[in-house]
Amino acid sequence: MTEATYKRPESLAKREFSYCPGCHHGIIHRLVAETIDELSIREKTLMVAPVGCSVFAYEFFDVDGTVAPHGRAPAVATGMKRSLPDRVVFTYQGDGDLAAIGTAEIVHAANRGEKITTIFVNNAIYGMTGGQMAPTTLLGMKTTTSPYGRKSETEGFPLHVSELLKETAGIVYLERVAVSSPQEVRKAKAAIKKAFTVQLKGLGFAMVEVLSTCPTNWGLSPVESIKWLNENMKKEYPLGVFVDKVGDLK
Amino acid sequence: MAEKVMVKGNEAMAEAAVRAGCRIYFGYPITPQSEFIEYMARRMPQIEGVFLQSESEVAAVNMVYGAACTGNRVMTSTSSPGFSLMQEGVSYIAGAMLPAVFVNVVRGGPGLGDIQPAQSDYFQATKGGAHGDYHLIVLAPGSIQESVDLMEDAFRMADEYRMPVLILADGMLGQMMEPVEFPEFVKLEGINDHSAWALRGATGREANKVTSFDIDPVNLEKMNIFIQEIYKRIKAKEVRYETIGLEDAEYMLVGYGTMGRILGSVVKLARSKGIKVGLFRPITLWPFPYAELKKAAEGVKTILTVEMSMGQMVEDVRLAVEGSVPVQFYGRTGGMVPTPDEVLAELLKHV
Ligand SMILES: Cc1ncc(C[n+]2csc(CCOP(=O)(O)OP(=O)(O)O)c2C)c(N)n1
Ligand code: SF4
Ligand SMILES: [Mg+2]
Repeated sequence: MTEATYKRPESLAKREFSYCPGCHHGIIHRLVAETIDELSIREKTLMVAPVGCSVFAYEFFDVDGTVAPHGRAPAVATGMKRSLPDRVVFTYQGDGDLAAIGTAEIVHAANRGEKITTIFVNNAIYGMTGGQMAPTTLLGMKTTTSPYGRKSETEGFPLHVSELLKETAGIVYLERVAVSSPQEVRKAKAAIKKAFTVQLKGLGFAMVEVLSTCPTNWGLSPVESIKWLNENMKKEYPLGVFVDKVGDLK
Repeated sequence: MAEKVMVKGNEAMAEAAVRAGCRIYFGYPITPQSEFIEYMARRMPQIEGVFLQSESEVAAVNMVYGAACTGNRVMTSTSSPGFSLMQEGVSYIAGAMLPAVFVNVVRGGPGLGDIQPAQSDYFQATKGGAHGDYHLIVLAPGSIQESVDLMEDAFRMADEYRMPVLILADGMLGQMMEPVEFPEFVKLEGINDHSAWALRGATGREANKVTSFDIDPVNLEKMNIFIQEIYKRIKAKEVRYETIGLEDAEYMLVGYGTMGRILGSVVKLARSKGIKVGLFRPITLWPFPYAELKKAAEGVKTILTVEMSMGQMVEDVRLAVEGSVPVQFYGRTGGMVPTPDEVLAELLKHV
């Protein structure tokens, strides 16, 4: 007899992901779903999907869900949480969504200490619309709207959202992780679980930034993408815990 | 009978919303609406409601979207530039079929404009200020009492038709004080049961999804047709207007909101001079009382439409009468309010 060691988490709907091969969105979905299962909160969780490749996340998670206007997920989640404070509300957002058009909403939700959880998927590019430059795009990186490589003189510098947010007093837990190796996946899972636990304890705002791949728009194979992420993205966006006030607030 | 109290329009509307069962308010300060948000800041904590001053009108409307997803009564209030900023969210709320109430205390525009009363946002309110095939139910009170009386209906319609309802006021209504009689507190049990679709956690049922999104054009068209069917029901059931002295009128004035009220004085003034004038005052701007207005205009020689704008509702008046009666227009804009004498002088030109 063999035993099933891999099961679809209950909080994932029985639908096939629409993500490209080698895209990390799928792995990140799985970690969030496992967390929801393990915390037994599927029946009281509301999710807010972004506009971006993960726009379908509201279908992929088997929880009540909606799609926010581009960038506005933290405001939508605020409305939900204020209306139903005993539910668990999370946003799932890309870097165009959160770090460009939605900068104001994420800063103020964090600063208010809004009791929601945000999963921020940073792949340094606009995936859904075909690989345009994001605020998080690395210097020199070629995209369809920085065809000669991003230049700081005209396009400014890669925006470090976690470094920026760590100064807001309402944030309780903030970590940047990656999912490029089994060890990293385990760490990412622990971070996501902690971010949801912060909300369950009513402590304040928590966010996990996940460095992610976009093989399709980076123009690399899945394996090359992981290498590129490890060699370039981690240099610009070092992994680590930026804020952890969980101990102080317990 | 409850006794009358003197209140400012903005505060009266806010209290009326509370009595209509609204326990969640998000907003951003802007003149001439700020007494509204300030009243809610004081009032909501007294009744264990939610008050939150957002970082922008963009955030406010999205907070409204989020709370509306849970099926609880929610509203925001703003003035012209703020309502412009809310348009994206209004379109999403319409597309996702969410109940929500908006108050726009209109001021002079375009751009930053000024902070005086105006009616220059009629097109935005009634013809769709954002993208997509959608409408708001638009209610235009002519007095503070009427704005109070319409509030319960605004929430009722938002719930019943699952769509955004807009109370289109103006700076005059928001700022002036009048004696008002408030209704009793509404009991919500049974009248806004949204459990079938609202997002409250998938306990013992399949997960609910609420979006304005469908990647398949066949389905998106179906969704739009479904919404249009609801609009047809609203057009058949919810049209509202007031008439004064139309029985023997040779001339008909048309105006809404504050202007409609001023035109009431013009009717008296004109009749004291022996001119047979009547008034048609639309209360629902969407759905507009096309058929009712056409009928009311039968037998009148001329219609004079008066607005605190350069002429927006007048287009609907012309559509209504379909050329059967000449339609003249008089308007002041930028925060200027026509006086009864001014309108009478204009009317005399057409007599
Ligand atoms: C108001 C608005 N502006 C622009 C768009 C087009 N748009 C859709 S997704 C997207 C970028 C998404 O990028 P990101 O958030 O990084 O997500 P990814 O696809 O990379 O996961 C843009 C610009 C939109 N839908 N709405
Ligand atoms: S385009 Fe990029 S981000 Fe989008 S699914 Fe494909 S690989 Fe993932
Ligand atoms: Mg991206």
